[in-house]
Amino acid sequence: MTDAVIAERLTKTFGAFTAVDRLDLTIAKGEIVGFIGPNGAGKSTTIRMLCGLLRPSMGRAVVAGFDVGREPEAVRAHIGYMSQKFSLYGDLTVRENLRFFGGLYLVPRDQIEDRTRDAVEMAGLRGREDALVRTLAGGWKQRLALGCAILHRPPVLFLDEPTSGVEPEARRRFWELIHRLASEGVTILVSTHYMDEAEYCNRIALINAGRLVASGSPGELRRRELGGVLFEIECSAVGTALLALKRAPGMIDVAIFGDKLHVLLDNASSATGLRPFLARQGIDASPPRAITASLEDVFVQLVTRPHDITVPT
Amino acid sequence: MNLGRLYAIAFKETLQVWRDPRSLAIALLMPLLQMVVLGYGVSLDVRRVGLCVYDQERSQISRELVERFTASDWFRINAKPPDDRAVREAMDRGDCAAVMTIPVNFSRVLAETGKASLQTVFDATDVNTTNIATGYAQGVVGMITADFESRWAASHGVQPPTVGMIDLRPRVWFNEGLDSRNFIIPGVVAIILGLVGAQLTSLTVSREWERGTMEQLISTPVTALELMIGKLAPYFMIGLFDAAFCLCAAAFWFQVPFRGGVGTLILTTALFTLVVLGIGYLVSVRVRSQLGASQIALLLTMLPTTLLSGFTFPIDQMPAAIRAVTLFVYARYYVTIVRAVFLKGSTIGDLRLPVMSLVLFAAIIIWIAARSFHKRLD
Ligand SMILES: Nc1ncnc2c1ncn2[C@@H]1O[C@H](COP(=O)(O)OP(=O)(O)O)[C@@H](O)[C@H]1O
Ligand SMILES: [Mg+2]
Repeated sequence: MTDAVIAERLTKTFGAFTAVDRLDLTIAKGEIVGFIGPNGAGKSTTIRMLCGLLRPSMGRAVVAGFDVGREPEAVRAHIGYMSQKFSLYGDLTVRENLRFFGGLYLVPRDQIEDRTRDAVEMAGLRGREDALVRTLAGGWKQRLALGCAILHRPPVLFLDEPTSGVEPEARRRFWELIHRLASEGVTILVSTHYMDEAEYCNRIALINAGRLVASGSPGELRRRELGGVLFEIECSAVGTALLALKRAPGMIDVAIFGDKLHVLLDNASSATGLRPFLARQGIDASPPRAITASLEDVFVQLVTRPHDITVPT
Repeated sequence: MNLGRLYAIAFKETLQVWRDPRSLAIALLMPLLQMVVLGYGVSLDVRRVGLCVYDQERSQISRELVERFTASDWFRINAKPPDDRAVREAMDRGDCAAVMTIPVNFSRVLAETGKASLQTVFDATDVNTTNIATGYAQGVVGMITADFESRWAASHGVQPPTVGMIDLRPRVWFNEGLDSRNFIIPGVVAIILGLVGAQLTSLTVSREWERGTMEQLISTPVTALELMIGKLAPYFMIGLFDAAFCLCAAAFWFQVPFRGGVGTLILTTALFTLVVLGIGYLVSVRVRSQLGASQIALLLTMLPTTLLSGFTFPIDQMPAAIRAVTLFVYARYYVTIVRAVFLKGSTIGDLRLPVMSLVLFAAIIIWIAARSFHKRLD
């Protein structure tokens, strides 16, 4: 079986600035891949190239079997896309928006009725078919946008930060929909900057400053990428402690997580020396507690690591 | 090209116009407003020209003369200055556009020789008004002359000269007040179409960029040509509707004589509408903000139409260089056509030069517009 998305050394430059830098990515059919990275990492730019909306400066990509540079129209007919900015028509009703996109995607006449009903059902908008879309709350809007993007039953779906600015409960419901689509065989690339959403994906691709820094299942990444053991410390002056700990023995990295510090050590035995080390600097701290790494830890570790390390695939 | 997608776009665009008060106002109220303002504004100005009378004689005949001017409805007697200086001042103040001086010996010369002259000075700052007012004055004087001629003939015991009676009528008719309006109102239709057509369409693509809906739209298989035709179709209908309204108002309300064929008018109006919509669409594609697009569209349609189409300033009175520029002012061809169809009853055959020019403009602009939109973000 061929992969649904193949990107090879995909690159986009805007003038002298490289927004996406030699990105390699393959997505198997039916897979949900989370595209994760901070703002400005190059997620949207990558997705736009995969949709045929931006021309790659270098490299190539094949989506649903079609080359995005050479056959963008064929690509468009086989994908669903939700752009980062909400992009349904606020001055049209729920039904009118669905009809409009159904018309553009040439959904057969005998099926448009059924699929519109499905989409309304999926968005939880039954009874509000004639409401103007601009009057809907964020979660409903996003689900309706998803409904519009899948009216033509595309085999590949690109969702660019579909859950940003949506409240947690609505985000959860959105992910349920994504899983339902994947179980029907749809391949999905979904970008997000919420780390916690990574856990919903089969695989995640971490991107920073235009470069793919890691990819794998959430579990794999947690185990493989950290390169040390992780401890948590509570202390009074987090900022001073952070600076001090950088020089502590056995230290690989230290970062602030909320009101606590996460420290990455070369081995577990180095942990015992941390509290006395901080005390000598006049900082009162709790005993270090071993924790399992979150993906956020992995990400922080990966992006602060020197860049000569080869990117794992 | 797929008709289903074309219909989807056209239907959506229609709904959006229908729900946008600003677009609706431009589509429906603007033509009405413009027609009233331009239709009446233009003719009122010329109808009641301010006239100062410097009556040096103050005789019964001179008073009768002034009486005639007042009664004609073409002039409004503004002031009767007592002396030369007051005459100059009144004109400088703009109190009057023309000054008529009745010389001291006017009635004596008239009674003795049967001929007398009236000196009338026109303020030529406004060429149009002056031209028309001169004509009016000749008309009034013509009528008075005829009267005096017959009276003079009667008092001298001879037959009134019939030649004068005959000679008189055409002069009055040719300078009749309605004539300027007949000339101007067909041009008003071109202005309104340009305004409405280009204004509305200038928003259609830029609005999608501004609201972020364009990115979604171009991720679908819709083609650039489908998008253009689908988007322009509703505005084309609106344009034709507005044009029909304006042309009917011209013919039935303003009573501009309509001597040509309705088919000729519809065909050429459709052509002109295409040109205007093409310009609006082109601007909308190039300028991605709604405000910028509507300003530029205004500049590209209103300015050349008002100044260079022959609507207000006659093209044959322009300097050669500017006359050359007007060859590229698409509106001039339509203004020419509408006037000719209305006033002269010209047919497509008579008008093949301006009609072919319009066809050429429409083809070129639509072609450029169709090619300027790309389904890419870069
Ligand atoms: N059209 C453009 N011209 C210039 N720079 C751009 C353009 N689009 C994006 N960028 C830059 O490319 C980088 C990546 O942007 P983007 O792909 O939107 O990031 P993300 O979606 O991960 O937040 C950013 O620094 C952004 O400023
Ligand atoms: Mg983005």
